[in-house]
Amino acid sequence: MSDITRLSAAEQSVLLESREISSVELTKAHLDRIAETDTDLGAFLYVSDDALTIADEVDSARAGGVALNPLAGIPVAIKDVLCTLDMPSTAGSKILEGWVPPYDATPVARLRDARLPILGKTNMDEFAMGSSTEHSAYKITRNSWDRTRIPGGSGGGSASAVGAFQASLALGSDTGGSIRQPAAFTGTVGVKPTYGGVSRYGAIALASSLDQVGPVTRTVLDAGLLHDIIGGHDHHDSTSISDKWPSFADAARRGARGESLKGLRVGVVKELDQPGFQPGVTSLFHETLTMLAAEGAEIVDVNAPNFEYAVAAYYLILTAEASSNLAKFDSVRFGLRVTPSGTPTVENVMSTTREVGFGAEAKRRIILGTYALSAGYYDAYYGSAQKVRTLIQRDFAAAFAQVDVLVSPTAPTTAWKVGENLDDPLAMWLSDITTIPVNMAGIPGISIPIGLADEDQLPVGLQIMAPAREDARLYEIGAAIEALLDAKRGSTFSSLTPSRAGGVI
Amino acid sequence: MSDITEDTVRHLANLARIALTPDEVTTLASELAEIVSAVEKVNEVATADIPATSHPIPMENVWRDDVVADELTSEQALTGAPDHDGSRFRVTAILGEEE
Amino acid sequence: MARDALMDFDAALEKFEPVIGLEVHVELSTKSKMFSSASNVFGADPNTAVTPVCLGLPGSLPVVNREAVRYSISLGLALGCEIAETCRFARKNYFYPDLAKNYQISQFDEPIAFEGSLEVELDNGDLVTIPIERAHMEEDAGKLTHVGGTTGRIQGAEYSLVDYNRAGVPLVEIVTKPIYGTEARAGEVARAYVSTIRDIVRGLGISEARMERGNLRCDANVSLRPRGDEKLGTRTETKNVNSLRSIERAIRYEIQRQAALLDKGIAILQETRHWHEDSGTTSPGRPKSDADDYRYFPEPDLLPIRPSRELVDELRAALPEPPAAQRRRLKAEWGFSDVDFQSIVNAGLLVEVRETVDAGANPQSARKWWMGELSRIANETNVEPASLVTPVQVAELQSAVDAGTINDKLAREALAGLMANEGTVAEIIEKRGLTVVSDDGALIAAIDDALASQPDVLEKIRSGKVEAAGAVIGAVMKAMGGKADAARVRELVIERASA
Repeated sequence: MSDITRLSAAEQSVLLESREISSVELTKAHLDRIAETDTDLGAFLYVSDDALTIADEVDSARAGGVALNPLAGIPVAIKDVLCTLDMPSTAGSKILEGWVPPYDATPVARLRDARLPILGKTNMDEFAMGSSTEHSAYKITRNSWDRTRIPGGSGGGSASAVGAFQASLALGSDTGGSIRQPAAFTGTVGVKPTYGGVSRYGAIALASSLDQVGPVTRTVLDAGLLHDIIGGHDHHDSTSISDKWPSFADAARRGARGESLKGLRVGVVKELDQPGFQPGVTSLFHETLTMLAAEGAEIVDVNAPNFEYAVAAYYLILTAEASSNLAKFDSVRFGLRVTPSGTPTVENVMSTTREVGFGAEAKRRIILGTYALSAGYYDAYYGSAQKVRTLIQRDFAAAFAQVDVLVSPTAPTTAWKVGENLDDPLAMWLSDITTIPVNMAGIPGISIPIGLADEDQLPVGLQIMAPAREDARLYEIGAAIEALLDAKRGSTFSSLTPSRAGGVI
Repeated sequence: MSDITEDTVRHLANLARIALTPDEVTTLASELAEIVSAVEKVNEVATADIPATSHPIPMENVWRDDVVADELTSEQALTGAPDHDGSRFRVTAILGEEE
Repeated sequence: MARDALMDFDAALEKFEPVIGLEVHVELSTKSKMFSSASNVFGADPNTAVTPVCLGLPGSLPVVNREAVRYSISLGLALGCEIAETCRFARKNYFYPDLAKNYQISQFDEPIAFEGSLEVELDNGDLVTIPIERAHMEEDAGKLTHVGGTTGRIQGAEYSLVDYNRAGVPLVEIVTKPIYGTEARAGEVARAYVSTIRDIVRGLGISEARMERGNLRCDANVSLRPRGDEKLGTRTETKNVNSLRSIERAIRYEIQRQAALLDKGIAILQETRHWHEDSGTTSPGRPKSDADDYRYFPEPDLLPIRPSRELVDELRAALPEPPAAQRRRLKAEWGFSDVDFQSIVNAGLLVEVRETVDAGANPQSARKWWMGELSRIANETNVEPASLVTPVQVAELQSAVDAGTINDKLAREALAGLMANEGTVAEIIEKRGLTVVSDDGALIAAIDDALASQPDVLEKIRSGKVEAAGAVIGAVMKAMGGKADAARVRELVIERASA
């Protein structure tokens, strides 16, 4: 058997079901790979010893003829933003160092119910504030494609872990692009579901009205299989949608069979296809459009005039909600406590703890959010930002009246060098310009790899967007495009992952 | 239009309970001024006739039945606490503040 | 603590007009909490009635308790309010260790009920209409205990302990508009208002409304303005007022304190003040400052509530009769004099007496228990009578008296058993051996003994001085250890005399 970690989860599932490999074997292979590669990749904050125990149980269950989920026994990595009963959950922040929650996040509980061994927790920008995974309190994560590059963020840990074959499945969270942008930068697949499609219960909140948990994988089908497990109504989350969802894995399989692109109306958002984008990104994006047209899709230009205001409105909403969500980190019930010298009072213990426990970006955003909500400024900032959200929703509604899906490059550039944008918070924020409107509107978005940019040979992602609740459409169209590109290339995209000196990527 | 001064930052830090250092106050005052002037552009289009959207997916009357569930033991509740007395969380004296 | 200078109350009212405003918090008696499925119980071990939501654990999310919404609508309707077509929750942001998330989920500009009014009855039967601005839903905070120092107070404490059992208990906050024209009766009006709210929520069955447990709490805003002025004076907000009597006293105190300051030309500080039951004074809390910028914004974790008009109509139809109407009816049904009835109302015991009657006791006996023995014990132990026993227990006690199983003296002993949680009335009678002696033979033997030592008694009775029997009855009761039916003893003594 060649390296089983290189297979997709769907392929691994076939081998598990036919008992050609065991879950213990598969889990061990991934743990070994983490041990070999994570020293310089830095994808994991915590690796669990328990994964092999679960794998062993799955093997016994399978031997006993128990009916299992297709992904049972396939190890999964969890972004550290999700609460896990048996592992620290820090959201990449020092203020939560070592905190082991007394409960599981709903998506994690559903993975356990489906019997997926959990490999550990992946690195992220502190509280998901960042686009490069350089803002974790613990370490930086590097790009699985090129170790001198950032993997994107905030979910760089999950994306690089999947990109480097440390896991075939991972969970991420996406507030303004934290699943999709790292997927684009690492050549993996990432899905931000419709807001309310996956429970937020147990996901350490950044911005409650924008956050969404979703799958990170190497293929569209794997993402669908994972989404089928974690999605669906949860009474612990009031914003969870109670509709019955179709199978996203079925949608992906339907797409891969072909025919889905014929007659499909594909909208190109002019505001997300700008001259300022990296040329290699723009040209791959347009090559993809040409390919879609050749398959019978109708390419339509659409305008979204209010997207220009999306980043500004997003940062106001995000920081306002975050300033309130992060108030609970006060040294009383969990996490860090730092007692100042002199005469400590509970007030200055809280202030000192928060000064020491939060990183610079977290403090910057909390202060901005406090400003946006404070007396006399609410209407001009938070209130206006909520109105811009209405305008963005209207732009999407107008666009979806004309087309079935919208497309754009997932990010304006490919992955930049570690340390490159660190000094300029605004530049970092603007890198999310393509992904943010999706969160503002609550609609679903997927990023799939479409090739390597000419100038730097780094992965480029295509973002596909659908109306709210139409996540299945993303899986179908995403899988159709993926199948076309694989056929043209004669291999999967992940097989292009460069080898590192020494033979291991 | 932005009116962010170091005093503003100190006031905000007090509201947000963060003991910023003087250097941080200086840096944040200039960063915030820049960021605020960038985000102020929302007011170009956010006119009075446009309703605010607080939730991306409109829903209403989401509630649960009045049933007890999901309770933690006090051991679980206290498990991550920086300090406790075996049944309650312990905090530093509150001093001159109100009860 | 320096003593506040006070102006004589009448003199204060001559110079200034008091304007009051009241904020009453009612804890709802749902099974689970407002936004968490933890149980809503009083007196559980610390931090056991909690879920991740009550502790504000990272990742936890609130979900609205439907029953709490129904209760809140019922209360809003009983207060004559309009029920909002749409209302929503908002976060009120401030740091305090008893507030797990460091924001309270409350309602801000879109409360569930607004624009109501409530008719309350004063001691002399006058009716006053209190204008109500709003009633909104929110969650309670946890409980702090201050340790170290000498008083258990926050000042001088070495550290504090936090129990989050109460965190998240559903509250309705009822806010009045400014109440004008109360004059010397400002305190009485406030007391009558809170008392009426207590009757309403008990009548609705939506709160225990026990002030000593904090189920019902009142913050009193008081301001004074010089006679003839249009502009309202600066107000203070007095908190921690946890009995009906204190509400009246606290308002009176604030009027006298503010008048003394204003008279000297000293401005009133807008501040929170704390009522001290023991000294009958108020003291300043934290001054209102920029730290009171609560940065309200719509709670993104919760959706708007749109009560259907069908639900509102259903709850309106189920409302019990308003307190004032109910009083008129009960007074007639029970056949009480104005004085007797009003004394019950003024003691705040109407609900207890009514529930005791509902449980089977006759109105006179019910009144006697609550206004007599129970009020006496409550007064001695400085608690509310309602906290001693339940109306049903009182009715059971009276039923045992009516059946002749126990007499009044034994009933008081049984009451002690009830207060000590020894079981039901029947169990206590059994355990404590409280049954009256109904064996005439034993009684006659005791009567003969008593007559033998007081030979002149029979003569007196025979000559028409029937009251002389009392001496024998007393001796017999003593001999029987109090377990005799005095009426039966009396009958037997008279039989003996006429034999």
